[in-house]
Amino acid sequence: MPPILALEGIAKRFGAVVVADGIDLSVQAGEALGVLGPNGAGKTTLFGIITGTVEPDGGRILFAGRDVTRLSPARRCRLGIARSFQIPQPFGGLTVFENLLTAACFGAGIAERAAYGECLDILDRCGLVEKANLRAGKLTLLDRKRLELARALATRPRLLLLDEVAGGLTEPEARQLVELIRALRSSGITIVWIEHVLHALAAVVDRVVVLHGGGVIAEGSVAEVVRNPAVAEVYMGIPVDA
Amino acid sequence: MDWVNTILQGVLLGGLYALFAAGLSLIFGVMRLVNVAHGDLIVLAAYLALVVTGTLGLDPLAALAVVVPLMALLGYLLQRLLLNRTLGDDLLPPLLVTFGLSVIIQNALLEIFSADSRRLQAGPLEVASLTLPGGLAVGVLPLLQFFLAVLVIAGLQLLFYRTPLGRAFRATSDDPAVARLMGLDNRHVFALAMALSLAVVAVAGVLLAVRSNFDPAIGPARLIFGFEAVIIGGLGSLWGTLVGGVLLGVAQSVGAKLDPGWQILAGHLLFLLVLAIRPEGLFPKVRG
Repeated sequence: MPPILALEGIAKRFGAVVVADGIDLSVQAGEALGVLGPNGAGKTTLFGIITGTVEPDGGRILFAGRDVTRLSPARRCRLGIARSFQIPQPFGGLTVFENLLTAACFGAGIAERAAYGECLDILDRCGLVEKANLRAGKLTLLDRKRLELARALATRPRLLLLDEVAGGLTEPEARQLVELIRALRSSGITIVWIEHVLHALAAVVDRVVVLHGGGVIAEGSVAEVVRNPAVAEVYMGIPVDA
Repeated sequence: MDWVNTILQGVLLGGLYALFAAGLSLIFGVMRLVNVAHGDLIVLAAYLALVVTGTLGLDPLAALAVVVPLMALLGYLLQRLLLNRTLGDDLLPPLLVTFGLSVIIQNALLEIFSADSRRLQAGPLEVASLTLPGGLAVGVLPLLQFFLAVLVIAGLQLLFYRTPLGRAFRATSDDPAVARLMGLDNRHVFALAMALSLAVVAVAGVLLAVRSNFDPAIGPARLIFGFEAVIIGGLGSLWGTLVGGVLLGVAQSVGAKLDPGWQILAGHLLFLLVLAIRPEGLFPKVRG
């Protein structure tokens, strides 16, 4: 079976800044992969490249063995690639439930009637049922982050890209979300997770890669990479405790 | 009683203005595109109705069944092939392109149909009237047109807030970049919005053609009336647009009653008054 996600020689630069210089990466179905790297290492850009909102200068993106490099973001979503944003971006004028319905109807291609039950179920799992009819623009940060996850789930993803889920949350809040992500992983969804909060990451992922200078500089378990001298160097000044 | 009649006529006229406005605000709402050719597209629909009634022998209301789908198709293609290419961070390109489109439509209509004033005949319906208590007489046709306008606005409201397509419009309007990640193809969604807008334009054009004389040059004034109705009612609210259209219609009727030359002026004055006192319009949509 081909890996669910394979990046082959992905290159991207913005002017003089090289954010990806021939990145190769593959993720097996059912795996949970963490992505580390200092600010500006190109982690979020990489998500843009995988979802199709950022066009790479070179290289190929394979999803379950299929070349999706030239497909639109909408097509990739319908194939099963979903992402969350570090700063949640709900459709603020729609209710929480409408946010999910839109994702389910168009991202997963489910008929509206069928989508109702499924979306309610997802809201329940994400702890948002009581807020279903609130306008998404009025939610608190924690609820926005939950909605971000819930809406991504409503597209029925096979591959879920998470961008700094725990950042900005209190310890107990972050723990709730980590539990949720762990449950998603057990349900068979492949996860690639950018996160600075290492213990959150360590609770879910089996493997992390560290991006820096446009390439992968280290790979292994969380415990392994934090002991890696190259990683310690790029994080110079940033206390790293696992 | 004379004044009651004046106001009633204004209300009925306002339904038509609300239709001019609804298509305009729909497009601006979904894709932030100001369609300067909107008025000329209304006139184009009126001429299309003229051709359809002339060649197929249909009465004007039946002609809607042909004109509405044709205009919707034109809208889809126009957006897909031309206007989508003008959209971006800059508001200027769509303004310029639709302005050019306006010039092209006016001149093409002039070339084909000449500058003669035309009118769609609605047969016996035109003179039918209802007598209201108090001796007021209301034309059946203006009444029918007003209810059609309300029906269209109610339909749009329902579509926007109760259907997947409406949610797609609202989601894309909120954040087109994220909408793409939810499986929505912006180019297609925008084209559907333009198709819907021109379907409404088609209804407006046919009603206009039955109600009054038209010639290729009257588009820009219809655009202005549409704009004024949108601003008076408040951007983003369909029912507000209806109220805006009705107020504009009443202002024009009252102005015309005072002095026949004051019809348009009175509408503009109301518009300026609203702009000065409540620039957000009477029923602005509160955004989250």
